[in-house]
Amino acid sequence: MTEAPLLSVRNLRVVYPGDDGDFRAVRNVSFTLGRERLGIVGESGSGKSTTGRAIMGLIASPGRVEADHLQLGDTDLSTITEAGFRKLRGKRIAMVLQDPKFSLDPVMSVGKQIAETHRYHFRSSRKAARQAALEMLAAVHIRDPERVYDQYPHQVSGGMGQRIMIAMMLIAGPDILIADEPTSALDVSVQQQVLTIMDEMVKSRGMGLILISHNLHLVSSFCDRVLVMYAGQIVEVCDAGKLHEAQHPYTRGLLAALPELGHRRAELPQLQRDPAWLIDLPAAVGTAA
Amino acid sequence: MTAPRGWVRQIAGLIRRIAGLLGSVSLTFLGLTCVTFVIGRVIPIDPVIAIVGEKATRSTYERVFKELNLDRPIPEQYWIYLKKILHGEFGTSLMTAHPVLSDLLRVFPATLELSVSALIVGVCFGIPLGVVAATHKGRWPDQIVRFGSLLGYSMPVFWLGLVGLLIFYAKLGWVEGPGRMDVSFDDIVPTVTGMITVDSLLAGEDEVFWNAMSHLVLPASILGYLSLAYVARMTRSFMLSQLRQEYVLATLAKGLSPFRVVWIHALGNVWVQLVTVIALTFGSLLEGAVLTETVFAWPGLGLYMKNSLFAADLNAVIGGTMLIGVVYIVLNMLSDVIYPLVDPRARTRK
Amino acid sequence: MSTPLRVGAPTGWRGWLLDPAPASRNQARLGRWYRAWLAFHRNGLAMTGLVIVAALVLAAIFAPLLADRELAFHQVLEDRLQDFSWLHPFGTDELGRDIYARVVFGSRITLTIVGLVSIIVLPVGLGIGLPAGYFGGWIDSVLMRITDIFLAFPRLVLALAFAAALGPGIENAVIAISLTAWPPYARLARAETMTRRHAEFIEAAQLQGASSFRILLTQIVPLCLPSVIIRLTLDMAGIILTAAGLGFLGLGAQPPLPEWGAMVSTGRAVLLDQWWVATIPGTAIFIVSLGFNLLGDGLRDLSEARSG
Repeated sequence: MTEAPLLSVRNLRVVYPGDDGDFRAVRNVSFTLGRERLGIVGESGSGKSTTGRAIMGLIASPGRVEADHLQLGDTDLSTITEAGFRKLRGKRIAMVLQDPKFSLDPVMSVGKQIAETHRYHFRSSRKAARQAALEMLAAVHIRDPERVYDQYPHQVSGGMGQRIMIAMMLIAGPDILIADEPTSALDVSVQQQVLTIMDEMVKSRGMGLILISHNLHLVSSFCDRVLVMYAGQIVEVCDAGKLHEAQHPYTRGLLAALPELGHRRAELPQLQRDPAWLIDLPAAVGTAA
Repeated sequence: MTAPRGWVRQIAGLIRRIAGLLGSVSLTFLGLTCVTFVIGRVIPIDPVIAIVGEKATRSTYERVFKELNLDRPIPEQYWIYLKKILHGEFGTSLMTAHPVLSDLLRVFPATLELSVSALIVGVCFGIPLGVVAATHKGRWPDQIVRFGSLLGYSMPVFWLGLVGLLIFYAKLGWVEGPGRMDVSFDDIVPTVTGMITVDSLLAGEDEVFWNAMSHLVLPASILGYLSLAYVARMTRSFMLSQLRQEYVLATLAKGLSPFRVVWIHALGNVWVQLVTVIALTFGSLLEGAVLTETVFAWPGLGLYMKNSLFAADLNAVIGGTMLIGVVYIVLNMLSDVIYPLVDPRARTRK
Repeated sequence: MSTPLRVGAPTGWRGWLLDPAPASRNQARLGRWYRAWLAFHRNGLAMTGLVIVAALVLAAIFAPLLADRELAFHQVLEDRLQDFSWLHPFGTDELGRDIYARVVFGSRITLTIVGLVSIIVLPVGLGIGLPAGYFGGWIDSVLMRITDIFLAFPRLVLALAFAAALGPGIENAVIAISLTAWPPYARLARAETMTRRHAEFIEAAQLQGASSFRILLTQIVPLCLPSVIIRLTLDMAGIILTAAGLGFLGLGAQPPLPEWGAMVSTGRAVLLDQWWVATIPGTAIFIVSLGFNLLGDGLRDLSEARSG
């Protein structure tokens, strides 16, 4: 990769203070993102979602985000004010959440919610924003945009809701999309469809995508590169195609626990956790690949 | 689904909802009449003596005994009572010698004027304060609003009224004292709505209006403060639960300002729950009015009931209780009707 | 214990109490109480509430030591409506009785009313809510409809009507308040029961042949109690205010009892000249109900933090 990365992160930490000491939800995380599809896998509580939110500047107090270096294109995120950050969200970096049932405002029509992003970032007129929103709905393969525009979130299906979500997040043309478990709340039948649409949008716009998921299969088949997170830190980075060559015992354990079509096994091995995996790793691990 | 069929289904849904509503309303109303019947006819040791007094002759006593149908079995007595109530007959007030219903209609507008003004104060200040408290959870604005609303929860309204009179009327002279207006303004404006501020405006009597306002502002603010306390507290807790929702995160991720996220998106969802709260608040204002009216000599329902209590005028007390109960029922019904206007999920089904 | 995920964890006995991996059941239980206490302690408002409520209880118990009974009840007409002095810290009322002493002795009446109402309301509320939640079906519908009807009434007005029919007096005020205060407890108990009705430990007890009554009493009541008690603490303030309101209207405790609401009412006549006669007892009502509100609020925050 010769061109400058869209995002570079060095030694990112997210800390929550508590009665029993500071809890480090994310630690020693470093990676770069180009115009590629980067997967982050890990079990729940591994810090993968928190990493995504930290990059968006959406960690609520009392949580703290610290980093040696956090750069979005030519903008240094670690020095920016909250007002400055707001201009970047949606415009340069956007996020799709897990379940459209909860991540769309239930009392506002979906069209308005899409148009709202446009209006805010481009100071556009009501009419122009509506037009843009309708085009965006068409771009995510929604058949009757005019009708859907006036519907409310409870009236649309899960797959449609997630496409609306994608439209809402991409309408202002961000460079990076963080998709946090974008398909795990959906019916199996529409998961692939949503992924395909997301891929199409990201490719045609030359964006970088961070796909956060607990699903190793999904990430390895969809992404170019995979970060494996465990207990708040990145334990391994591999090319998606070379996942079977993974070195870290956690990754190997995960892979071993997956059922495979070719091999029939009476019992899938259970993941044995080693306390040694909790020890702090050098912060550079994510950039090593 | 084409548009006309959608309309048909919406209307059918509406009719079904109204039917359900009427069912539960009439059941609650029956319960209300049961309770007032028990209070009026069963609990008092001797309702006849309450009317005729201890020194009545035996024949008077027996005549009243028959008139009250006390010789019939209790279920039949209740049936007669229910029929009378449905015809608007609450009996005659011992104190005023008027039918209770006409008394109630005469005094109610004054109470309405007071409680509506208080509700306006409570809603206009309570909602914004509750929102600010929620967005500053744990920090000083939240502490102030929480503590301020706890104070409101904890204050005996009659005491607050007295302190208010002492400070703003007696010591500072900023407002007028007890009563709805100065005696010299009595009978200037014709009664249309029964609410003097409205009637004086209709009649174009500015002087009367400002005098009435000056009498109204203190009791309305005091009652309003109590409803503010409730509204602010509920708004805060609804708001906190909304702010935890995923859509708030998503809306922030779009880049919208926290101001818009809070006041348009989150508050938009809070309204749905606030409708019921506001209805309940209004009900509790009627209740607070009994005490406030006593303190401020405000000639409304509360003062009427209080005076009836001491004249042992059970008909009037029960009539008043009944009226407030009915207002409660109507308010609950209204909030059920308004609900779909703020919540698209109640308006349309998938 | 520090793990790589946690830094700066406490040590010593605090460390033992706050250990995220307690070694025994007692350690876990003590640790939970200690955590709750830490959270409660940090809440200044809740602590204030605790102090006020404790002060009310102490004042009621030790009233004769804190004030002279004689001064509270004995009428000294030549001393009427006196200003603050060493002998009468809050002045005297229209019959020459010491207001401070009356307020102190009045705490007993307030506490009695609150206590009696809770004793009536808890069994009634639980008695209606538990079967409704546990059995469901038509029992639930009937009981809840009755509850709804009582909930549909404004509390003070209903209490007023009851008090009017029963005649004035403390006992009748208590009955009137109780009659209007139980529905929220029935609702709460029902909701708590419904969430646990199908829990496995309940089914285990059913399989062993325990009667419904036994299950309700030994399994469900203890689980409902915390939320019911928090609700009760929050309600105390409302009960005190309703009682004082009835007293103010002349429907509660009768003279010469030093009931705070009634004291405010008699002080009204001289409000403009001797302001303290009405405002001092009113302040007492206010402070005590504030105390209960603060305490209840703190307890509720605590239970929400633990469940959420």
